[in-house]
Amino acid sequence: MATLNSNIPPGDLPEKWSTYKANMKLVNPANKRKYKVIVVGAGLAGGSTAATMAELGYRVDCFVFHDSPRRAHSIAAQGGINAAKNYQNDGDSVYRLFYDTVKGGDYRSRESNVHRLAEVSANIIDQCVAQGVPFAREYGGLLANRSFGGAQVSRTFYARGQTGQQLLLGAYSALSKMIGSGGVKLHANSEMLELVLVDGQAKGIIVRDLITGEVTKHAADCVVMATGGYGNVFNLSTYARNSNATAAWRAYKKGACFANPCYTQIHPTCIPVSGDYQSKLTLMSESLRNDGRIWVPKKAVDCEKDPNDIPEEDRDYYLERIYPSFGNLAPRDVASRAAKRMCDEGRGVGPTKLGVYLDFSDAINRLGADTVRTRYGNLFDIYKEITNESAYETPMRIFPAVHYTMGGLWVDYNLMSNVPGLFVLGEANFSDHGANRLGASALMQGLADGYFVAPYTVGNYLATQKPGSTPSTDDPAFKEATDKVNEMTQRLLNTRGKETVAHFHKRLGKIMWDHCGMARTKEGLEEALKLIPALREEFWANVNVPGSDKSLNQALEKAGRLADFLELGELMCRDALTREESCGGHFREEYQHPDGECLRDDENFAHVAAWEYQGEGTVPNRLTEDLNYETVKMSTRSYK
Amino acid sequence: MVADTSSTKNISLTLRVWRQAGPQAEGSFVNYKATDLNPNMSFLELLDVINDDLERRNEEPIAFAHDCREGICGTCSLVIDGKPHGPHDGIASCQTYVRSFKDGDVIVVEPYRAEPFPIQKDLITDRSSFDTIQQAGGFISVRTGSACDANANPIPKEHADLAMDAAACIGCGACVAACKNSSAMLFVGAKVSQFALLPQGQPERDSRVLNMVAKMDELGFGNCSNQYECSAACPKLISHDFIAKLNKEYIGATVRSAFKP
Repeated sequence: MATLNSNIPPGDLPEKWSTYKANMKLVNPANKRKYKVIVVGAGLAGGSTAATMAELGYRVDCFVFHDSPRRAHSIAAQGGINAAKNYQNDGDSVYRLFYDTVKGGDYRSRESNVHRLAEVSANIIDQCVAQGVPFAREYGGLLANRSFGGAQVSRTFYARGQTGQQLLLGAYSALSKMIGSGGVKLHANSEMLELVLVDGQAKGIIVRDLITGEVTKHAADCVVMATGGYGNVFNLSTYARNSNATAAWRAYKKGACFANPCYTQIHPTCIPVSGDYQSKLTLMSESLRNDGRIWVPKKAVDCEKDPNDIPEEDRDYYLERIYPSFGNLAPRDVASRAAKRMCDEGRGVGPTKLGVYLDFSDAINRLGADTVRTRYGNLFDIYKEITNESAYETPMRIFPAVHYTMGGLWVDYNLMSNVPGLFVLGEANFSDHGANRLGASALMQGLADGYFVAPYTVGNYLATQKPGSTPSTDDPAFKEATDKVNEMTQRLLNTRGKETVAHFHKRLGKIMWDHCGMARTKEGLEEALKLIPALREEFWANVNVPGSDKSLNQALEKAGRLADFLELGELMCRDALTREESCGGHFREEYQHPDGECLRDDENFAHVAAWEYQGEGTVPNRLTEDLNYETVKMSTRSYK
Repeated sequence: MVADTSSTKNISLTLRVWRQAGPQAEGSFVNYKATDLNPNMSFLELLDVINDDLERRNEEPIAFAHDCREGICGTCSLVIDGKPHGPHDGIASCQTYVRSFKDGDVIVVEPYRAEPFPIQKDLITDRSSFDTIQQAGGFISVRTGSACDANANPIPKEHADLAMDAAACIGCGACVAACKNSSAMLFVGAKVSQFALLPQGQPERDSRVLNMVAKMDELGFGNCSNQYECSAACPKLISHDFIAKLNKEYIGATVRSAFKP
């Protein structure tokens, strides 16, 4: 059985990281080029770490399944990035960012990791500005900030509604420089399909070239995975269509533990579903909640009416009513569940009755349409494109949608999984957000891991490996892993059934949304644990994947990814069933306060649940890592 | 062609799609009829529906590049009725909706046609030449950890805003596809301008523009002949003023490099 040692360094919380860094092993400059590092993924976490490791002198091979590193889905983050700069002089500090993040995560994250995140947050902004990231500025030339959910200070830096794009392009430019100078070898259109272990350590990967179909072996001294989250298990989500869990899942099946898979974030402000052809859901940035007011009609009979005809006294601004101190800026999980409760009460709006209003009429009256246009114009434009409605004239209709996964591969303080030499960064790991992530914290974590944490901790690990001892790809472990990849590909191509991959993905998504979505019950999860294996069986018996493996074949790509989702979905339900409490994004209907808020069980569940693969058809082991709160006092999370 | 956007009735369309099995294969147009389409469906979802039908009949689906489906990743790259990203200005292919077309329309769907973007399969082209240009100089050299405080250099808001206008480029390549010369000058001009407008970009300002332009020429992109099809096709409406800025930067850098100390 795997052992989970968090390797949290000793010392007082604020000193841990600096003391630990000062005592790390170093690799001498002449030896650095003798080490090869594989980085999988080039979003914020992968791109930044590949560039930084190469700057330090390590040889880096970077693999992306996209045609270019600039396409990673970090690019779609709209609102902003948090940092404890206190430029607004409104009382922010490293401690306060740390505290807000721990509380926002419903006391299910590791204090030491979160504190480090808050510490390096300020360096991220410095780094990005130096790279030429055009953050929003005030007329005096200094950086501007905005507010985000779950905080009472203004600490969010932003670049219009395209902050993720600008930060990613910053990391991409640093990466491009290192590719140009030969420090990084880029493998585009290359999908990782296996992790290779040599003597129990991560030493390589097997990759399929998505253009030629060629399957190749790659060896290194360690493997860094920054492959993003797994929200597409729900089929409909705000993720990019190609975002997938395959790399992480294959690593899990090689022994890396998967932590808290049931912690998924449902974002409260997305455009509602319009039909069953739908392929994705579009987010409307949380920043809209700075000026938009969320409401539903007080009476169900009013739901059919034109919202502009519903008088003020017949509107229920339910977030302001229930959470007076945070109001419309209540955290995401809280706001999403409140929207669901309103719809469950029959007060949802729009053709499907699964929607609530996000209304800007007050803001337009107060600030004028031009100011509102300056702040949110691009978001209003997106809304108009999709729905054909103008949010200047009628309230937006929004509904929660899957947006982020807090769970991921288990990592210690060094961001190394329980498999030595396998590091996991960004959304792909589980480490910093507990059971719920606050807005503008994903960009912060991706870049913190990539620029400021992994380059140190990976170096510390490499110092324990003999320079020049990179295994050869002739090692039998590489052949074995390659055979496994080919075997699965042939199985998918040879099934020749009657149904498409998309058909199965929709059905899986529905099971997950119905039973493992915003609200979960024992019965529902037990039902899902029967439905998913049955669906998986049907998939393998009746899927049809046309074409060959020797060329570009998008049906084959999708099929492989779905095969993994069909297993991961089951693990998520199992995790949700075992966690008999409600916390953050994990809401079990059996465990709630009388007012509908999460009822945590700190006595029995103040731990990380990490699942260890035990082979096909066997229930995985559930290991736990206790969460010890030494600085923050665990309390009921209240935003009232 | 651009229909009344308030229509809510389902419609039928015929897509005339470029099919090409591989980079060396010969391609041709194939017609696909799609019926009972909800006008709120996106154009890529329409391709999904056609593909689902093809897969059910054990035919190879139409290969097309896509990912975020919200107009920011720059992956999608369809030429719809001769126009990169379709009939509407300022949006990407993925933000084009069926409601933009009339019942019974025949719509031609092609890949980008530009020599520096060779076709890989069906509607997918290889745009890695954009990455290569970026690697030649599209960056500010700043080692991780060596930056000064972010507010140490105040930047006038109008400069920061203009830099952001340029930085909004999504690297989709529509500018190249729209240009009869396959010029990449809007793409390069946007990147060069973004950094030239910021104090952080000054030390490498000359070498950046010279290296990026040299690489652009080497890769076979043509020159600008000032017809601005590029900015008209740009899903982010990047202004062709940045091409003028690129020319200015290039001339300045060329002159300065002739008189190098």
